[in-house]
Amino acid sequence: MIRRAARRTGLFCLALFLVACAWEFYKVIGPEDGGSVFGIRMIPKASNRAMPHTWDILQRLGEPENRAGGDPIWVAVAGYAWYTFRLSLVGLVLGIGVGTGLAVLMTRFRFAERGLLPWIIMSQTVPLIALAPQVVSWSGRIDIFGWEWPRWASVCVLAAFLAFFPVAVGTLRGLKSAPAASLELMDSYAASWTRTLFKLRFPAAVPHIVPSLKLAATLSVVGVIVAEISTGIRGGIGRAVLSYQQASTGDPTKVYAAVLGAAALGLLLFGLVVLIDVLLMRNRPQENPA
Amino acid sequence: MTAVVIKDVSKVFNVGKPNYVDALVDIDLTIEPGEFVSLIGPSGCGKSTLLRLIANLIEPTVGSVLVNGKPAAQARLDQDYGMAFQHAGLFDWRSVEKNVELPLELKGWDKARRRARAQEMLELVKLPEFARHMPWQLSGGMQQRVAIARALASHPPLLLMDEPFGALDEMTREHMQSELLQICASTETTVVFVTHSIPEAAYLSDRVVVMSPRPGQITEIIDVDLGSGRNEDTREADAFYDSITAIREALRGIGHAEIRGGMDDR
Repeated sequence: MIRRAARRTGLFCLALFLVACAWEFYKVIGPEDGGSVFGIRMIPKASNRAMPHTWDILQRLGEPENRAGGDPIWVAVAGYAWYTFRLSLVGLVLGIGVGTGLAVLMTRFRFAERGLLPWIIMSQTVPLIALAPQVVSWSGRIDIFGWEWPRWASVCVLAAFLAFFPVAVGTLRGLKSAPAASLELMDSYAASWTRTLFKLRFPAAVPHIVPSLKLAATLSVVGVIVAEISTGIRGGIGRAVLSYQQASTGDPTKVYAAVLGAAALGLLLFGLVVLIDVLLMRNRPQENPA
Repeated sequence: MTAVVIKDVSKVFNVGKPNYVDALVDIDLTIEPGEFVSLIGPSGCGKSTLLRLIANLIEPTVGSVLVNGKPAAQARLDQDYGMAFQHAGLFDWRSVEKNVELPLELKGWDKARRRARAQEMLELVKLPEFARHMPWQLSGGMQQRVAIARALASHPPLLLMDEPFGALDEMTREHMQSELLQICASTETTVVFVTHSIPEAAYLSDRVVVMSPRPGQITEIIDVDLGSGRNEDTREADAFYDSITAIREALRGIGHAEIRGGMDDR
């Protein structure tokens, strides 16, 4: 178990190193000012401004956020990432709740499945950027028993809007995967629908739910970052990407610090789900590669 | 009190639709406590349907089913029977003992009592040392034994089995048959047993109910006179072969009727 984890970590580092090599290799062979294919600018610029050296990016992590000085930039980025991580977590939990609830409803009532499923699929064709301003405008307008709707809650809702989908679809499939003979067995025990749900359907659904959670975790992070950027909410990594980008003419490596932060936070949330996976699947027959 | 009384039962699937099926017609059958009764017949003769009617997993279209002197629906609520299917159908995520405990859990027994009973049942099916194993670590025969332990966990007076040894190899199958007889003798359980196999029906049963398809009917009930205390020697006794011949001829009668019916249609 530990040996396998060590090997995986090793492979991950190797993959990271190879990506860095590819990056540097392109900088050697790529045209400084990019190029066009059939009149469309498709070949990326290899200049130091567009593609800084990997070691410059790493070095920048240790330097202060602003010219004025202070803590190194990675401390600031870690703070933003932590903020975004918390929002993603709330979004993920919200998405899992809504997705699971919908799946249970669709399993219980046939008409609910026929009525809801098309809407659930259609919901994912609405671009998040179009939806973001609407949801953000809830703040200041919604007041739940004295609890004023904060802007960060809108960001969580947008993340949940992406995250609920794989959970709903995966859990629905899982809940329906309980074998007919097992359902008959529960029937012969005169077990109620709810008891059958918790004793049979949910445990039988776990192998379907776990991969959907992995998708939901990454989608939640994407949702929060996109929502942060399109609503301009402060404090998170999305805003950092935006403002560092604006500084890129004078400080091209700065934005990559934020990008690395976003990647790290995505990995963190994914790791959390893998941990849940290992816990839930520890007594199952099939090997489930993470 | 009789174990099972089936009176004038018919079952039609898809009533009033073009694809309706007369699954069972005019079934009358009474089973005494402690009896071992097999249902045998070609595919589609409704033997599994009959078993499910006794289990109250489906309702008869007409007629009544009494189990333990009560309507079948009440008997199901009271868990008066245990059930075993062709595939053991153990829950992958539960250990062997937790699988056996499942019906007791649903009855609301406390943990200590459940544990003790599960241990007792696993000793009965000779698997006490596998209590903590997961089902997928066991062979097919062992899984089926756990399923029997689960079916008998609440000490029901009636055991309903739907081709429980159908997926096992011949050697394991014969071994399981002997064990099932021992278990039923020691627990005084009544058994209704659905099977495809003539020797299996002959070896296990006190009575063999022969059924014919389209529509599902009982054509003959054959008494098997092998006495109690059957063992591996029984399989070589003349009386065993006589019973096999009797069942085979009853089944062949159905075959002839079907062929003749087919020719009449032309």
